[in-house]
Amino acid sequence: MTTKPTPQPGAGGRAGMKKELPERFRSYKHVWVFVELERGAVHPVSWELMGEGRKLADKLGVQLASVVLGGPGEETREAVAEAFAHGADVAYQVASPLLADYRNEPYTRCMTELVNTYQPEILLLGATTLGRDLAGAVATTLMTGLTADCTELAVDADGSLAATRPTFGGSLLCTIYTLNFRPQMATVRPRVFSLPERQDGRSGPVIEHDFKMLEEDVVTKILQFIPDRDSNKSNLAYADIVVAGGLGLGSAENYQLVKDLARALHAEWGGSRPLVQRGWIPADRQIGQTGKTIRPKLYIAAGISGAIQHRVGVEGADLILAINTDKNAPIFDFAHVGLLTDAVRLLPALSKAIRRRIAPNTRSRLVG
Amino acid sequence: MHTVVCIKQVPDSAQIRVHPVTNTIMRQGVPTIINPYDLFALEAALRIRDIHGGAITVLTMGPPMAEDSLRRALCFGANRAVLLTDRAFAGSDTLATSFALSQAIKKIGETFGPVDIVFTGKQTIDGDTAQVGPGIARRLGLNQLTYVAAISEVNIEAGTIIAERRAEGGVQVLQTRLPCLITMLEGTNEIRRGSIDVALRAARAEIVTWNAAAAGITETVKCGLKGSPTVVKRVFAPPPRSEKAFQIDIAGLAPDQMATNALEEVFKRLPSLEKELTNLSQS
Repeated sequence: MTTKPTPQPGAGGRAGMKKELPERFRSYKHVWVFVELERGAVHPVSWELMGEGRKLADKLGVQLASVVLGGPGEETREAVAEAFAHGADVAYQVASPLLADYRNEPYTRCMTELVNTYQPEILLLGATTLGRDLAGAVATTLMTGLTADCTELAVDADGSLAATRPTFGGSLLCTIYTLNFRPQMATVRPRVFSLPERQDGRSGPVIEHDFKMLEEDVVTKILQFIPDRDSNKSNLAYADIVVAGGLGLGSAENYQLVKDLARALHAEWGGSRPLVQRGWIPADRQIGQTGKTIRPKLYIAAGISGAIQHRVGVEGADLILAINTDKNAPIFDFAHVGLLTDAVRLLPALSKAIRRRIAPNTRSRLVG
Repeated sequence: MHTVVCIKQVPDSAQIRVHPVTNTIMRQGVPTIINPYDLFALEAALRIRDIHGGAITVLTMGPPMAEDSLRRALCFGANRAVLLTDRAFAGSDTLATSFALSQAIKKIGETFGPVDIVFTGKQTIDGDTAQVGPGIARRLGLNQLTYVAAISEVNIEAGTIIAERRAEGGVQVLQTRLPCLITMLEGTNEIRRGSIDVALRAARAEIVTWNAAAAGITETVKCGLKGSPTVVKRVFAPPPRSEKAFQIDIAGLAPDQMATNALEEVFKRLPSLEKELTNLSQS
């Protein structure tokens, strides 16, 4: 978890320095996306990665492959079919009762086997609790480089993967390479990339891999799965409208104004990191690099200054409306529309105005 | 029961400033703290010791001044502290870090007794990778439980542990065998206040300090820059958007009029959104 310093020119002997790709890695080719299938559903981050993986594969002139691990049931085959609709040229399918529910051991073993057998040059995973659990274990087993929570992926002229992510607590960005090892691994958080358009009718070869591990060999057992009650789960990442507050609100009590506006707009509510650190809002409501990345149609930022770690979490929004009293606040560098005023005064008026505008016939509800 | 809690000393992120012209980090005078996520790991270890007895060893890798954080961990009640410090570790990425820490944990086991559980925080606030925990687990062949929200049962005789792991859309209740590695989720407990006695002992305690050789690390080629497959090529501030935000003219207006003008501008730019909202509010 070290944050590395800027490399000194001519720093000798470092493992990653480019000389020439070692002989054993020269056969490594193609871009892989790990498809996260849990309890019958594919996490949308996998398809978002397919969209980005497609661009990388096209630039490199190689194939884009989906890797689908799952139980022996229908959902694994369905996920493979979906992978083609989302841009895959080829799919690796491993269906085994051991892979029906996620456990680190069999998944790490299986992914490692696949990589060693079919040798991809790039392997992308979603930065979810599952993806991060798996990626860290797989990269260590393969002794290769892994860059977490990338916000941008590109291919250099020499074909190496340039993975950009925030660094120093989100105050700067850095570009990281894995030059002398393969595969080059990266994770990307949900909603950093947009969902590619579905292309029905696409299909391709499916390579079925025979996974020989036995249940007796797996030490960790799943005793139970307790699903979240939907009522207390935020859906920030996939919401169409998000209203968020920052320290500019002045007090925890004033945060209620954000919730009121969110309710008037049928929106989700959230906030910047300092609000979580002060206990004004729960951790799962944090927006930014270390919280949720969002891509709503409309994002309203009230009293948020707009540090880089916040910026990278909201830049995918179609329209950003920023309310801040400081005309030099960095948020005005990336917001589309600005209001130079005190959010505490404006928010109640906005809630009232929105109710009047979109529901003129209903009496405005009492705000709780 | 012997647990090892890995902690990291990090700059207090709220205090980091970037030089406006050179875009470099201004580190001078930035106070350091124990990575906040690690305190949930430490408290989880303390609670296991409350029930089962035994000892807690806190471990960190860092410069000599990281001793401060170890002493703070002793104040919370850890039994001993190990500082792994050597210039050979400088510039480590997550793979090299997990190598050095796993070697030190092996050495801790040989020196102070076999290790049953290794704890880490979910991630650090400066690196935010969440990779070192799984890396240590792989290197030591430990069963890996990440994002643990609660430890429901530790059965020393059977050598098993039951824990609740945060997964997408719910919680997995997992049983595995000891020894294992656990990364604790934030907000799952609250670090205790150590007693005055503990604090006094912590102030006088000797911090076990190991360089690479003392930790039994012979393969220094796996450490630091040499052992890091990733290379940071560029550190930069993102360029501002080509145009700054369009400021709505609100000079001298009352809040109600400001709000009306703001909505006008928003819906002018997102006409379909107004329709969707109107439909939503009428259904």
